[in-house]
Amino acid sequence: MSDLAIHINLHQKNSIPLDVELDCQAGELLALVGPSGSGKTTVLRSIAGLYQPQNANIICQGEVWQDSAQSIFLATHQRHVGLVFQNYALFPHMTVQENIQQAITHLPKQQRQPEALKLLKKVHLDGLEQQYPTKLSGGQQQRVAVARALARQPKVLLLDEPFSAVDQVTRRKLYRELLVLRQSLAMPMILVTHDLEESSLLADRIALLHKGEILQTGIPEFVAAHPNSATVARLMDQQNLFTAEILAHDKKTNKTHIRWRGMILEANYQPRYKVNERVCWIIQPANILLHRRGRPSNGDRENPLYGQITEYMESNGLANILVQIDQPINIHIAINIALHVAKRNALGRYEKIGISLLAEGIHLMPYQTLRREI
Amino acid sequence: MDWQALTLSIKLSLVTLIFLLPIGIFFGRWLAYRQFFGKSLLQTILALPLVLPPTVLGYYLLVAFSPNQGFGLWLANTFGTTLVFNFQGLVLASIIFNLPFAIQPMLRAFAAIPREIREAAACCGMPPAQVLWKIELPLAWPGIISAMVMCFAHTLGEFGIVLMVGGNIPAETQTIAISIYDRVQAFDDQSAAIMSFSLLLFSMITISFTYWLSERHQHPYV
Repeated sequence: MSDLAIHINLHQKNSIPLDVELDCQAGELLALVGPSGSGKTTVLRSIAGLYQPQNANIICQGEVWQDSAQSIFLATHQRHVGLVFQNYALFPHMTVQENIQQAITHLPKQQRQPEALKLLKKVHLDGLEQQYPTKLSGGQQQRVAVARALARQPKVLLLDEPFSAVDQVTRRKLYRELLVLRQSLAMPMILVTHDLEESSLLADRIALLHKGEILQTGIPEFVAAHPNSATVARLMDQQNLFTAEILAHDKKTNKTHIRWRGMILEANYQPRYKVNERVCWIIQPANILLHRRGRPSNGDRENPLYGQITEYMESNGLANILVQIDQPINIHIAINIALHVAKRNALGRYEKIGISLLAEGIHLMPYQTLRREI
Repeated sequence: MDWQALTLSIKLSLVTLIFLLPIGIFFGRWLAYRQFFGKSLLQTILALPLVLPPTVLGYYLLVAFSPNQGFGLWLANTFGTTLVFNFQGLVLASIIFNLPFAIQPMLRAFAAIPREIREAAACCGMPPAQVLWKIELPLAWPGIISAMVMCFAHTLGEFGIVLMVGGNIPAETQTIAISIYDRVQAFDDQSAAIMSFSLLLFSMITISFTYWLSERHQHPYV
């Protein structure tokens, strides 16, 4: 862990259970992702000193903010945290400039105004210095909140669902602004969100939180494709989640064979599971290939399945398709296909299609009971 | 017009306010932000003067202040003073019967400040005293002013408790409300009418001022 990183260790077993161990490096943006009530905001509030867990150890840039074992607890105003609240929490009786100046306590009084103006320019709000927060749009309020958080020259920047209160068009714009802004920021940044798309777009790493416990951390795409449990897969919104049984491992071909509803599927070599052991497995829609009609290819032979389209939706240049696989498998699989491919193949509801599950896309996980397989 | 009674009433109201302002801010803020065992009981006790007939409250205060027993006796023995039938007693009684009028609006004003705003102030590096001074008081100000104006007007017109605790001693405990009663008893209708109208006018002005002030200084939270 570098000196400029933040190390967070939170444990408690009361009404808000917490079992969190996290590191966030300087300049890194870590997204804390999880469903409502998973404890994301509690973790953020603990870092800021707004909540005091039973057992905690928080070290930021080499400074101990909390150490329950040694009864050390720094109050919020003693920690250098920049926190952007979900609803921004701007001071309504102060102008935009005054809001920002409140956080510039580390500079002499005569330097506070120029510093506030500099920050406002950085977030593209120059010209609105004398406005009151109520006169600003949601996006502008969010920018003021970010500027105020940065004004403190924080050792860690905390963002609590900062995009949830703006419309989608503004949100996209603010995403781009944050991506540009973060390049100039050298402190650890922690973003709380329940939006998986947002986290994969903005974060370097995600930490998946469920019932107060960190289940997995990693690069968003990696966690989505390689969840370490079915719970993580479900939280990562993986639709193609099933159970199967290990049939054999073949080191020569570097493949593991699984039996799924009477059918044998080929997956990449994953020998940590024993033969005959029950497992859960996923495949991302992006790892499912559509058989082109009338033009069979070699790839079609890789875990081929046939079925009928039961749902067909077009959005954002993709066709989101639900296929009912034929008997005896008789189960739904979700696939996403580029819209132009779907159109070229004249796909639509009730159409019969063939698909292939790419062996490299089949990821096995320890067995756990699934509520349902779609 | 009994100027002496009017001056005494205004003096009583102002002195009461000087004590009630910090008491109201402390209890209002405490009750708005803290959860503790016995909070409901404390709130009930503090709200009692709202529903208790002033003469009942006045009676209990008279008993409590009596130099023959309990608190009054301790006061007489320790400080050689009494709180019955004098201005100091009136001030204490006035503070007690105005408690809910001061605390309730302040409590509501503090409770209306979103928690995140106070937390944001702490994240800006403000210690609690600065959060109170720079954020909470300016935002709760309309509520605090309303409470103060209401207490002032309420004290000015209070009759039952003043009569019970203070009696009717000119220049010492005879407030304007008691003076009006006194004039009516003496069939001096003209003086009673003038004083009543003055009190009515003053009450209207103070209440209008309160509404104007709270509307003008309202800060909607974003």
